[in-house]
Amino acid sequence: MSPGARGHHLRVAWVEWSMSLLGLALLVVAFAAALSVASVGLPSGVRARTSGALTCLIGLAGVAAGASALLGDSLSVAAPGLLPLSSAVLSVDPLAGFFMFVVGGVAIAAGVYSVGYAHPDEDAHDGATLPTGVSSRTVHAALPLFAAAMVMVPAAGNVTTFLVLWEVMALLSLLLVLAEHRARPEVGGAGVWYAAMTHAGLVAILLGLVALATAAGTESFAGMREAGPGLPSGVRTVVFLLVFAGFGSKAGLVPLHVWLPRAHPEAPSYVSALMSAAMVNLGLYGVLRVGFDLLGGGPRWWWVLVLAVGALSALYGVLQASVATDLKRLLAYSTTENLGLIFVGVGAAGMFAADGDSTLAGLLMAAALLHTANHAAFKTVLFLGAGSVLRSTGLRDLDKMGGLARRMPVTTALFGVGALAASGLPPGNGFVSEWLLLQGLIHSLSGEVEPDVVVAIAMPLAVGAVALTAGLGVVTFVKAFGIGFLARPRSPEAMAASEAPGTLRAGMVLAAVGCAVLAVAPLLLVRSLDRVLLTMSPIGQESPVHGAVMLELSGISGSMSPVLIAVSLAGGAALLALVVGRLGRRQPRRTALVWGCGGTRLSPRMEYTATSYAEPLTRVFDDVLRPEHDVDITHHVESRYLVESVRFRQRVPDRVEARLYPPLVAGVNWWASVARRLQNGSTHRYLAYGLIGLLLVLIVLGVTS
Amino acid sequence: MSGPALWSVVGVVIQVLLVVLGAPLLVALMRQVRARLEGRAGAGLGQPWRDLRKQLRKEPIAPDGSTVVFTAAPVVALSSALLIVAAIPLITTTSPLDDVADLYAVVSLLLVGSVAMALAGIDTGSAFGGMGSSRTITVAALAEPTLLVAGFALSVRVGSSNLGSLVEHAQRAPSVVLSPATLLAAAALWIVVVAEAGRLPVDNPATHLELTMIHEATTLEYAGRDLALVELGSAIRLTILLGLWGNLFLPWGVATTVTPGALALGVLVMVVKVAVLGAALGASEVFMAKWRLFRVPELLAGSFLFGVLAVSSSFFLA
Repeated sequence: MSPGARGHHLRVAWVEWSMSLLGLALLVVAFAAALSVASVGLPSGVRARTSGALTCLIGLAGVAAGASALLGDSLSVAAPGLLPLSSAVLSVDPLAGFFMFVVGGVAIAAGVYSVGYAHPDEDAHDGATLPTGVSSRTVHAALPLFAAAMVMVPAAGNVTTFLVLWEVMALLSLLLVLAEHRARPEVGGAGVWYAAMTHAGLVAILLGLVALATAAGTESFAGMREAGPGLPSGVRTVVFLLVFAGFGSKAGLVPLHVWLPRAHPEAPSYVSALMSAAMVNLGLYGVLRVGFDLLGGGPRWWWVLVLAVGALSALYGVLQASVATDLKRLLAYSTTENLGLIFVGVGAAGMFAADGDSTLAGLLMAAALLHTANHAAFKTVLFLGAGSVLRSTGLRDLDKMGGLARRMPVTTALFGVGALAASGLPPGNGFVSEWLLLQGLIHSLSGEVEPDVVVAIAMPLAVGAVALTAGLGVVTFVKAFGIGFLARPRSPEAMAASEAPGTLRAGMVLAAVGCAVLAVAPLLLVRSLDRVLLTMSPIGQESPVHGAVMLELSGISGSMSPVLIAVSLAGGAALLALVVGRLGRRQPRRTALVWGCGGTRLSPRMEYTATSYAEPLTRVFDDVLRPEHDVDITHHVESRYLVESVRFRQRVPDRVEARLYPPLVAGVNWWASVARRLQNGSTHRYLAYGLIGLLLVLIVLGVTS
Repeated sequence: MSGPALWSVVGVVIQVLLVVLGAPLLVALMRQVRARLEGRAGAGLGQPWRDLRKQLRKEPIAPDGSTVVFTAAPVVALSSALLIVAAIPLITTTSPLDDVADLYAVVSLLLVGSVAMALAGIDTGSAFGGMGSSRTITVAALAEPTLLVAGFALSVRVGSSNLGSLVEHAQRAPSVVLSPATLLAAAALWIVVVAEAGRLPVDNPATHLELTMIHEATTLEYAGRDLALVELGSAIRLTILLGLWGNLFLPWGVATTVTPGALALGVLVMVVKVAVLGAALGASEVFMAKWRLFRVPELLAGSFLFGVLAVSSSFFLA
């Protein structure tokens, strides 16, 4: 291509860009990202606001771009020469649009929230408080860049662009995870785990996509889409397994979930929200893009595998979440749980697509995507809420919280909204997508296609796994909300809590409004998923859900109305409160001491804690969790028969991690020590390596060509 | 409003009134059966209503340090129970709210009630409240898989999880009621009904020893009109569970058309079904002791197995 033609091509591209809202929005993202790099030079007082505003702007642009793509707009543009040996290609279709929309939404809330997160006295450097690092130049510049990278990842149109954006996203998130490394030593360890896992994932994705590009003879997604379904099945299987492993580690699927419960608690809370509610979804995006779009679906056993991994992740995640006492660790495990549920939907959709039942495949895929949006909304509220508590009290340990409802009423109410949604109960938004998922699964044996033995065995177990997940999810969030926010404070820090400042509340309110809209009007989003489903060729062509007030399934019988349930619940409660209040008008409610078995005032130390709350579950699932107990009994000096104090400590380590990873790490270490022998510092030896390497290349070339 | 639509609304109103008025009587009946079998005279059928009237007149008390969750929980629990009563087929399958909530939504609404009371238990700040809350919610969580899998087994043959369709289909094809799938699902759901209603051997509703309580421990701190709401709510919940079980597995007599005669028959059959089931449950409790809390999961795991077998047999033996 001559330089003139290239210039012409670029100019045409720019004109096309600025014509559509979609292109404009992407330009805004790029512009804001550039500004955030420039904002490094600003004084510290303005920097937090600039960083938050830019993140918010990128989020808005992401939502605008995503919405216009969901409404049918599309964009494909190439900038040759921007990347070495390749060209930067952006192409946005509805599938990309959906993920840009979700990521953008999370970024808006997190951006607003981040403005007030650093303590006002943090910049004073008076020695009273150690600067935690959340208001450093790097963190302020990295936050909008991270949001921009996440918005752009789904827009990538070829392998090189995708991998570059993916790696930029991973590095920036790593930088943000490490923000508070000076304040707490654990942050460093979490960073190492995260860096190792995300790069191992990158290697798997890289190998998979390169194998696919080599076999297809092109690295553009458009070309791979045409060649993908016709490739030899061995290549397709290798590609799928590699990308599933790579993207699965980003999505936090068991057994590659180990970085989530470490990195999410240690990152600043709005970064946790961005990672847990937005970034993990891009793992899902990768699986959908490669599995359903580029490869055009696959044999059934791929999707049985996806379903099994999803179910295992959901169960293991929720089980760990239900016994976790660190609030942010609990939320991180809940992310594994929810992504597991989403992958159950994706796996089942793939199975039915392979069987040719497009109705069920479409329904299950719509359920999975709706749950993705729902999870993003409620997980944002929950992480931001946990961040407000952490900022106000310094506590992440549920065993020390309590009584926050009186001290932080707004945060409590908003966390309650998120917890309701996360527990999958009506009238929360999580309920709608879990209901759709269950409908897809239970119609499997009475669908239009005659089921076979695999379906007949897999589906009841999947329903059981989803149901147990839902049940334990309720325990988890009753515990998180009840123990964390209700009753009386269990520590002086919780006693001294105060409400979060304005921007923090505003960020949480934005995310909670997202939850509420998705809860009462899920059809707004579900309708626009029709176009997303069309981009995945093996999935059905008709819209899986229709109706306005009622949610009615197409092709199979089933209906439910989230709006009417919410309205009747609220109306019924208001009416009852009115009637009963009127009946007892002469009897105002009196506050009295809680009953203490005949007199003594109960101290907050006697309240149930998060550990004791989950104790029955810890016992029931003893074989899976294998908790570690320490009981220290201190005896009186005078007599062994008198006990001075008993100290009980319980830890529930991650058993998957403890089993799987130490041998792996030991293996890597052994390999590294073997490799070290090759490298003893002698220049002669290195020259010899070079010579041998060159000879080998020449021999290989001579033999093969 | 046209005739059938009017009558279907009348049907729902009758259904709600019947359950609200009858639920305390069901509790009384079960206590009375138990009392007679144990050789006591019993307090009579009117006692729960007399209790409710007394409680409505007394002063409500909230524990020191509790929040609005404590006072709102009974209202939310009762409201969710009433919504279920209006949506499920008890005397008629033609409720205009039937499409609003299917089996899975009803199960979730039942959980909403449990969760409201569990949060109230924590909110009291007493050790007993927290303990009861933890136990209630653990049992509810472990019962969830059985409920959904048994629901799956029932909905396979109908192709829908809509409760009205399930009952109507069973009425049209009575042979399915005796199929292995249905019988296994019935066994699974009966265990869950016992667990969810907090009856022996899972929970003892008549206990006065705090350390053995499950459901009662969450309500220890309630008094006055709040307690009245709690008790009415749990009585309605028991009625819903028994009535729904009765109609899913013994579907005859439920009105599928909206004529006054069919509705009257529906009311009569419902009263008889629930009374018989309640009396049977009450009588069986005489011969049973409460199980240790940590044996309850074994019971529920057994019921889950029944549920899975029900689904498989609906496929393999169909």
